[in-house]
Amino acid sequence: MIGCLLIPALVKAESESTAFGNALSRLKDAPTADLPEAIERLATVDDPRVLAALNALLENRLYVVKGSGRIVSATTTGDGFDLTDLESGQSAGSAGRFDIKKIAINNTLRNAVKRLIARRELGAEDAGQRLQAVQALTEQADVESTSLLRARYPLEKDAAVRTAIGTALALADIGSADKATRLQAIRALEGNLDQQVRNKLAELVETREDGSFVEPDADVRNLAAAVISNLELKLQLNHLAETLFFGLSLGAVLLLAAIGLAITFGVMGVINMAHGELMMLGAYTTYVVQLLMPEHLDWSLFVAIPAAFVLSGLVGIGIERGIIRFLYGRPLETLLATFGVSLFLQQVVRSIFSPLNRSVATPSWMSGSVEINGALSLTLNRFYIIVFGLLVFWALLAILKKTRLGLEVRAVAQNRSMAKAMGIRTDRVDAMTFGLGSGVAGVAGVALSQLTNVGPNLGQAYIVDSFMVVVFGGVGNLWGTLVGGMTLGVANKILEPFAGAVLAKILILIFIIVFIQKRPRGLFPQKGRAAEG
Amino acid sequence: MTRITSIRGALSRFALVSLTTVLPATAPQAAETIKVGVLHSLSGTMAISETTLKDTMLMLIEEQNKKGGLLGKKLEAVVVDPASNWPLFAEKARELLSKDKVAAIFGCWTSVSRKSVLPVIEELNGLLFYPVQYEGEESSKNVFYTGAAPNQQAIPAVDYLMNDLKVQRWVLAGTDYVYPRTTNKILEAYLKAKGVKPKDIMINYTPFGHSDWQSIVAEIKKFGSTGKKTAVVSTINGDANVPFYKELGNQGIAADKLPVVAFSVGEEELSGIDTKPLVGHLAAWNYFMSVDTPENVDFIKKWQTFIKSTKRVTNDPMEAHYIGFNMWVKAVEKAGSTATDAVEKAMIGTEFPNLTGGIAKMNKAHHLSKPVLIGEIQEDGQFQTVWQTKGLVDGDAWSDFLPESKAIVADWTPPINCGNYNTKTKKCSGQKY
Repeated sequence: MIGCLLIPALVKAESESTAFGNALSRLKDAPTADLPEAIERLATVDDPRVLAALNALLENRLYVVKGSGRIVSATTTGDGFDLTDLESGQSAGSAGRFDIKKIAINNTLRNAVKRLIARRELGAEDAGQRLQAVQALTEQADVESTSLLRARYPLEKDAAVRTAIGTALALADIGSADKATRLQAIRALEGNLDQQVRNKLAELVETREDGSFVEPDADVRNLAAAVISNLELKLQLNHLAETLFFGLSLGAVLLLAAIGLAITFGVMGVINMAHGELMMLGAYTTYVVQLLMPEHLDWSLFVAIPAAFVLSGLVGIGIERGIIRFLYGRPLETLLATFGVSLFLQQVVRSIFSPLNRSVATPSWMSGSVEINGALSLTLNRFYIIVFGLLVFWALLAILKKTRLGLEVRAVAQNRSMAKAMGIRTDRVDAMTFGLGSGVAGVAGVALSQLTNVGPNLGQAYIVDSFMVVVFGGVGNLWGTLVGGMTLGVANKILEPFAGAVLAKILILIFIIVFIQKRPRGLFPQKGRAAEG
Repeated sequence: MTRITSIRGALSRFALVSLTTVLPATAPQAAETIKVGVLHSLSGTMAISETTLKDTMLMLIEEQNKKGGLLGKKLEAVVVDPASNWPLFAEKARELLSKDKVAAIFGCWTSVSRKSVLPVIEELNGLLFYPVQYEGEESSKNVFYTGAAPNQQAIPAVDYLMNDLKVQRWVLAGTDYVYPRTTNKILEAYLKAKGVKPKDIMINYTPFGHSDWQSIVAEIKKFGSTGKKTAVVSTINGDANVPFYKELGNQGIAADKLPVVAFSVGEEELSGIDTKPLVGHLAAWNYFMSVDTPENVDFIKKWQTFIKSTKRVTNDPMEAHYIGFNMWVKAVEKAGSTATDAVEKAMIGTEFPNLTGGIAKMNKAHHLSKPVLIGEIQEDGQFQTVWQTKGLVDGDAWSDFLPESKAIVADWTPPINCGNYNTKTKKCSGQKY
C-alpha cells in the first residue's frame, strides 16, 4: 500500500530531474522518420534548457559524441569543434571532425522547430524577441499557435507586439464560420500592406474553377474587394519607390565603376582597358585584408578601402610611367598596350590566387534589409553602396576643385603646353592623375566585392559598362558620369520587369548608340577650348 | 580560418599544376605508351570548374599506371588547354586525334564546347568521354555521356519538390544558353503534364555572369508570396549564383520558405562562396562528397593525397570521369585493343560501381545508370542527402516529355545502330548525333 503511494512520487521526482535528458537522448536514437516526434516531445518538457537545445538544433550545432553518446552543442574552431554539454551547460572539451556526428534536420523540420521556438518565446522578456515569435507564428499559423496568441493578446503590454498579434488573430478569424467575425476581421486588416494580409484578402474574392466563389457571403466579398482596392494606390507607390531604389543602386555601382575611368579617360584621354583589372585588384585586396584580420570582419572594409586605393593607385602609376607615357597621342597603341596589361594582371591573379573565385565575407552590418512597410523593404548592402558611391563622387569632386593637384590636373587637361609654360611639371601631374583614377577604381573594387564574385574575370564584366557611362555622360565631366550612371541604372531597372534582363541590357545599348549619334559629346559636353583638343 | 587555408591550398595547387603539366613532356618516354587526351580549359572563364577535372584525370592515369598500365603499356596523359574558347576546343581535339593519336579524349564542360568538338570526333572517329550533366537530345556513336541526362537530375528533383515539399508554384530561372533553355523546356512540358497551370510557372533568363539580381529576386519574392508553396528550379550557371544567393539572403528569402534547387551548384562552386545564407537550399546530383560509402571515402582520400590538400573537395563531374575512365579501361581490356570501334562495342554493357552505391552500367544510348540524390546545403559547404531515388535511373538521351523527341530513341547496337531513331517511322535520321 505504501509502496503504491510512493511510486508516483518517485516518478515525478525522476521526471523533473531527467525528463530533459531523456527527451534529448531520444533525438539521437530516433531514425529520421521519427525525428519530428522526438523534437515535438522535447519541446513539451518544461525546462529552460529546452530553448537552448532547440536553437542549437535549428542552427545545425547539435551533435552526438561518438562513443559516449552524449548530446552536445558544438562550435567550429580551427580544425575541430568546441563542445558544450547541453544538460549541465558546461564546456565538454573539444573534438575532431570525425569524433562527433551531427543531428541533421531538413527544411520541413526547420519550420517545425521554428514554430516550437516561437511558441516558447511568446512569453520572453525582450519585446523584440516576442515580436519575432509572433511573426513566425503568423507565417505558420495552426490551431494551437492561434490559441496561444489569443491567450497572449490581453497580457501583452508592448504596442508593436500587440498590433502584430492583432493582425495574426484577424488573419485567423477570416477563416471563421461566423459571418460577423469575418467582417470584423477584414475591417481590422484595413490599410495593412503586409503580404500575407493581401494574399488572404485576395483569396476571399477568388472564384473556383466551376465559377462559384471561394467566399460564400456577398457582404464579406464586397468588403474584402473594397479594402483591396484601397490598397492598390499605396502598393503602386511602393512599387515605384522600390524600382527607383533598385535603379539608383545599380546606378551607384555603374558610377563607382566608371568614376575612376572618368578621370583617366575623361580628363586625360587615355583609353585604359586595364581599368577593370584595377577594380579586380581592389576586390582581391578586400579578400587579403579579410584573411589578415579574420577576427574583425565587420571592420575589414574600412581597412580595405585605403589599402585598395594605395595598391591600385601604385599599380596605376606603374602602368603610366612604364607604358602609357610613351604612347600619348597614339590611342590605338594605348588601347592595345593596356589590353595586354589587363590580360597580364588577370593571369597574375590566377597564378597567385588560383582561377577559383574567392569568398569575401559580408560584414554583419551590411547584410539583411530594413522593412519600411509591409510591401517595401530596402536591402542594406545596396543602401550603403549608394551612400558610398556618392561619397566617393563628392571626394573626387573636392579633390579636383579644391586642391592644388586638382587645379594642375585641370590646367594640363585644358592646355598642356600652356600649363607647362606656367611651370607645372606635366609628367608628374600625368602620373598623379592616372594614379588617382586607378586608386578610385581600386576603391570601387572593394564595393564590388560585396556584390559580385571576386575572381580573375571581375574586371571584364564591368569594363564595357564603365566606358558606356563615361561616354554617355560626356567625356571629361564628373557630373556627367554621375547623371549618366544613375540614368542608365534607373532605365535598366524600369525596363527589366517588362523586357527581361537580357533584352533590357540590349535596349540600353541601342539607346546609347542612338543617343551618341545625335549627341556625340554625351549628356554634358565640355565647352570652350578644351573641347577642341 | 578556412579562408587562410584556402589561399595556402591555392598556392600549393598552383605549384602542382605547373609541375604536372610539365611532367608528361619531360619524363623519359616508355617504348610504347597509350595516350589519353585531356581536353579541359585551364584558363579563361571555365578554368574555375575544368582545372579540377584535369587533375582528376592525371590522378586516375597515375593510379592505373601504378597497377601496371593497360594492355602491358603505360598510359600517358596529353594535356591541352582550349582556354574556354569554343572553336579552340575543336582545334585542340583535332590536334589530339591526328597529331598525338590519343586513344580516347576525356573533356569538355559546357554543351557548346561539346557541340563544337562533335564534328571533329566523328570525322576522325575518336572517342570522347563527357562528364557533365547536360540537356540531352543528343547521342553520338563517338561520345559516352557519363554525366546526368535531364531524367537523371531535373525530373527527379521536380518530383521531390512536388511530392515531398508540396510545391505548387514554380520559378524556372536559368542562364541564357542551350542547357537551361532545353532543360526548362522539358521541365515546363513535364509540369504541365502533371497539371500545373501556366500562371503558376514563371520562366526567367539572365545573361552569363549576371550580377544585379535585385529586381529579379524581388519578382520571385512577389511570385512566391501568394500563399501557395513556391520553389525555384535554378539552371543558373557558375559565377552568377553567388550574387543570386546573396541577394536572396539580403531580401530575406530563406530556404524553408522558398527553396532553390540548383543543377549547377556543387561542392567545388560552394568552396568559393560564403555559405551561411545558403543553408537549406537544395541541389540535385548523382554524387555528393558527403555520401558515406567505403568507395567514396577511399576516393576522397586518394584525391586529397594526390592534390596534397585535405581542404579540396570532390564533386559530381569528378565521379563521372572516375566511372568513365575505369569503364574505358575495362572495355579496352575486353576488346584487347584501343581501336575506337572495338572499344565502343565493348563499352556498351560495361559495369562499374558508382561511388554513391549501386553499379553503373553503360546503356545502348551511351548513357549511364545512376542514383539521383537531393541534398541540402550545409554551413561547411557540403550537402546533406535528404532524398534519393529508390534504385538507379537509366540515362535517357531523348526526353519523353518533349513532343518532338518523344518517339526518338538512341541505340548503338544492331539492328538499330542509330543515335536518333524514330520508333514511329522506323527510320534513322541522317543526322549522326
